[in-house]
Amino acid sequence: MRSRSFGVLRLAQPVKAAAQRFAFLLLAGTAAALLILGKADIALIERFRSEIGDVVAPVLSVLRQPVAAIRDVIGQARELANLRSENVRLREENSRLHEWEEAARRYERDNASLRRLLKVTNGPLSTFVSAHIVGDSGSAFVRTMLLDAGGRDGVEKGQAVVSEAGMVGRVVEVGQRSARVLLLTDLNSRIPVRIDGKQYRGVLSGDNSDQPRVDFLPATAQVQAGDRVITSGDGGLLPSGIEIGIVTSVIDGAVRVQPFADWHDLDAVSVVRFSLSVPADENDGRNNTRYGGRR
Amino acid sequence: MTPTLSQRIERLFWALTPTLMTLLLLLVVAVPLGLPHFSSIAPLVSVMSVYYWSIFRPEVMPAPAAFLIGLAEDVLSGGPIGLMSLVLLLVQGFCVSQRRVLLSRPFLVGWWGFSFVAAGASLATWVMACLYYLAWFDPRTAAAQFLLTVTLYPLATWLFSRTEARLLRQA
Repeated sequence: MRSRSFGVLRLAQPVKAAAQRFAFLLLAGTAAALLILGKADIALIERFRSEIGDVVAPVLSVLRQPVAAIRDVIGQARELANLRSENVRLREENSRLHEWEEAARRYERDNASLRRLLKVTNGPLSTFVSAHIVGDSGSAFVRTMLLDAGGRDGVEKGQAVVSEAGMVGRVVEVGQRSARVLLLTDLNSRIPVRIDGKQYRGVLSGDNSDQPRVDFLPATAQVQAGDRVITSGDGGLLPSGIEIGIVTSVIDGAVRVQPFADWHDLDAVSVVRFSLSVPADENDGRNNTRYGGRR
Repeated sequence: MTPTLSQRIERLFWALTPTLMTLLLLLVVAVPLGLPHFSSIAPLVSVMSVYYWSIFRPEVMPAPAAFLIGLAEDVLSGGPIGLMSLVLLLVQGFCVSQRRVLLSRPFLVGWWGFSFVAAGASLATWVMACLYYLAWFDPRTAAAQFLLTVTLYPLATWLFSRTEARLLRQA
């Protein structure tokens, strides 16, 4: 405080100090109360969060432009440097994929004819909303990201968020134009999963480390490093078969998974809209890019 | 002499600048940089700011400002709401009460003082987060965040003192 020691103010000083102390205690009490209320999962607090998210997301998406530009340049330089080896790799991959394409066409035909024979109706449909990651503001204790797509784009709470490589996390908060993703690695993340190719089901639990673990596998499960982990679709909230990661170690029954998603190189992701019926207004959304479609 | 309207506006602007600047810094830190693990050890810019201003210009960093900055930080990170508010209030209260000790001392003493305050803030945040989630968080993450925060403090001080000088000249 600037020392103003004139008559009246000198008298007012202790009063002012007392008022400040009272304000301090009141604020500290409010903060403590908010902590307790937040723990009780009050809807009001959630709405408050998502509204702030809506305000912040556009600002962040402006702020990320220069950073994104720099990352682009670095990425391009790296690509140029690897052009030759990348070309060789892609040629090899291309020839391998040609064989797969043949196989896929054959399976598709078989599948369609078998479905016709069995009169199977089509399963649930997934459509995608693409979004940018504008905020990577987790702390030492939470692993979350902020997206620039929200309720008006068709994003809803609980939906899966995927990158090209695999699943990233799940939407936990939705505003009008922003959404928060809880990453697979967060302490509170729980995803029903399956070991691909084997029918063991479990729950992928994050623990803030880079490698979440699979809990609740059957006691007789034979899981080994190298097994792929995918979503099981149990509970009906997430589609089944989204790739998550690969088992890296099985120590004393603790199965650790390295997610396919590369957290540090993420820029754009897709939110999977998964529903049992096709939304009619699917192409109306402003930001909606439907690149997945039926699958 | 009563201040004119423009003087009042200037004063208000000056009073709000540190808070607004801190909020902007929080956003800047939240921009995805693509650096491995950066988001979990991002420097505690709020602690730097509250420390600096409540020692050098406590009139522009009152308790409500610290509370508000903490609230913004909690909302932005998706962490427990109220946690950083509480921590920053403690930092503010402590710094205001101890400012005579640190004021008009050489920069290194201020830095040394900051490392203590930041250590206290990190520890308090870590303990409260563990209690809130009833989980054991790796203390090394919090320690890394603390070290990065202390390392970057001179840079933040430079920014804050430049702002302070410029605003004082105008006011």
